[in-house]
Amino acid sequence: MEAADMAWLLAAFAMVLLMFPGLAMLYGGMLNGRNVLNMMLMVLSALAVTGVVYVVIGHGLVLGDSLGGAGIIGNPFEYTFFSDFMTDDEAGGTFWGAFYILFAAISVALVASGAAGRMKFGAWLVFVALWIILVYCPLGHWVFALDNPETGTVGGWMRNKLGFHDFAGGTAVHMNAGAAGLALAVVLGKRKMSPGRPHNLPLMMIGVGLIATGWMGFNGGTAGGANFMAQYVILTTLLALCGGMLGFITIERVRDGHATMLGLGTGAIAGMVGITPVADAVGPIGALMVGFLAAAAAAWAITWKRRHQIDDSLDVFAVHGIAGITGSLFATFFANPKAPGEMAGIFFGGHVAELGHELIAIAATLVYSFAMTFAIAWVMNKISPIRVSEAEEEAGLDNSIHAESAYDSRQL
Amino acid sequence: MKLITAVIKPIRLESVCSELEKAGFSGVTATEVQGRGAQGGRTEYYRGQEFSVMFRNKIRLELLVSEADLERALDIIVSTAKTGENGEIGDGKVWVSALEQIIRVRTGETGEAAI
Repeated sequence: MEAADMAWLLAAFAMVLLMFPGLAMLYGGMLNGRNVLNMMLMVLSALAVTGVVYVVIGHGLVLGDSLGGAGIIGNPFEYTFFSDFMTDDEAGGTFWGAFYILFAAISVALVASGAAGRMKFGAWLVFVALWIILVYCPLGHWVFALDNPETGTVGGWMRNKLGFHDFAGGTAVHMNAGAAGLALAVVLGKRKMSPGRPHNLPLMMIGVGLIATGWMGFNGGTAGGANFMAQYVILTTLLALCGGMLGFITIERVRDGHATMLGLGTGAIAGMVGITPVADAVGPIGALMVGFLAAAAAAWAITWKRRHQIDDSLDVFAVHGIAGITGSLFATFFANPKAPGEMAGIFFGGHVAELGHELIAIAATLVYSFAMTFAIAWVMNKISPIRVSEAEEEAGLDNSIHAESAYDSRQL
Repeated sequence: MKLITAVIKPIRLESVCSELEKAGFSGVTATEVQGRGAQGGRTEYYRGQEFSVMFRNKIRLELLVSEADLERALDIIVSTAKTGENGEIGDGKVWVSALEQIIRVRTGETGEAAI
């Protein structure tokens, strides 16, 4: 690989790493002050456990030659222990191994939204390990593993057989995390007390800022090098960020009468989620629209969740699931063939049949993620309850299971 | 010896303290408190969900005075803590309690000499 390409990728790596403390602050700032440390622990330990699991078995499951050529799951015995990565394969294999760990880890860290303030910490760690292997790896394989006719390697079915366009993991990362957060929230049940207000919105905003910066590395690094694609997706990601901020606060202003800072920050995230699958496939105006529509859809989806009494505490299904679906669907209709992704939306002369493929891919992702996550959590719960006791929940998990307090004083 | 306790709007704190100081009452303790009376709470919005917040931020002032200075101190506090000419709901309350003993830490003086 060219040195210039690797230089950019290494920089992108550092940026994506920032998304972890960023997410910890985003999620932590939105909870009350008695559970903030627990949430930060869940996010950061998600990276810790993923690093272990992924090195042992994960990379083969995602990028290995598809077992039986079926495109369902890769060969777990490839890349085991990352021993191959001690030598330079001249193609950046070692870098990609590390980068893929971050992708997997951020996906599972997002799922912590469904567990806020009520999951046993040991159970969370076990859940992370099982989820990476059973949920993330297959979905990652479906959409990240490419067929390679020269070497005879078979990749994932969604990318290769269905021809589904997913630039940087709108399915494997965001729709996946959304459905999984929902499933975990359903198994755990609602928090006993009313959630209360976010305790530190400035902290949440710092988190949004770090995540937005990191996202430039997430999408820009996925471009694979210091090339035109990286230029283009950074531009579209920025535009989706802008559109997203406006989309959410517009809905808020019309529906509630106020634009809020929490709304702007949430919209920023939702906009970037929306562009993640299609950053290479829409025009600049399209990117603004993707951000706007994905954030607006997320804003509406959040009120739906409340009416159905599901305690997806930090709205990962709305902000990552619904926004990801919106971005993907937008491209099905409006992808601009002049963009580097060379995809033609239905309104730009593409085939209507693409809509069918799109819906199959979305449905397969959501159904598999929800069902398998539900199964993991449900079975774990049967073996040993994964929810904390009522007394622990009331006292706040920082105090009761971590013996720590984030702040010295409490706010009424 | 009397203890004056006043719960006032935070925005009036500076004026009240400077007027008290001008009148010779230089010692005062201020704490941030939350409370409500007729003013009620407020509504906040987080991602479209309404939250009723029961309490408002106020400042509690505590002041030690002698019997002789009591009326003077009360007049100053009540007139400065009032919002505008006619006052508003939420301006607060002042109350007086009798003190049994005061001791100055530095010198050990007791009673009115310690004020």
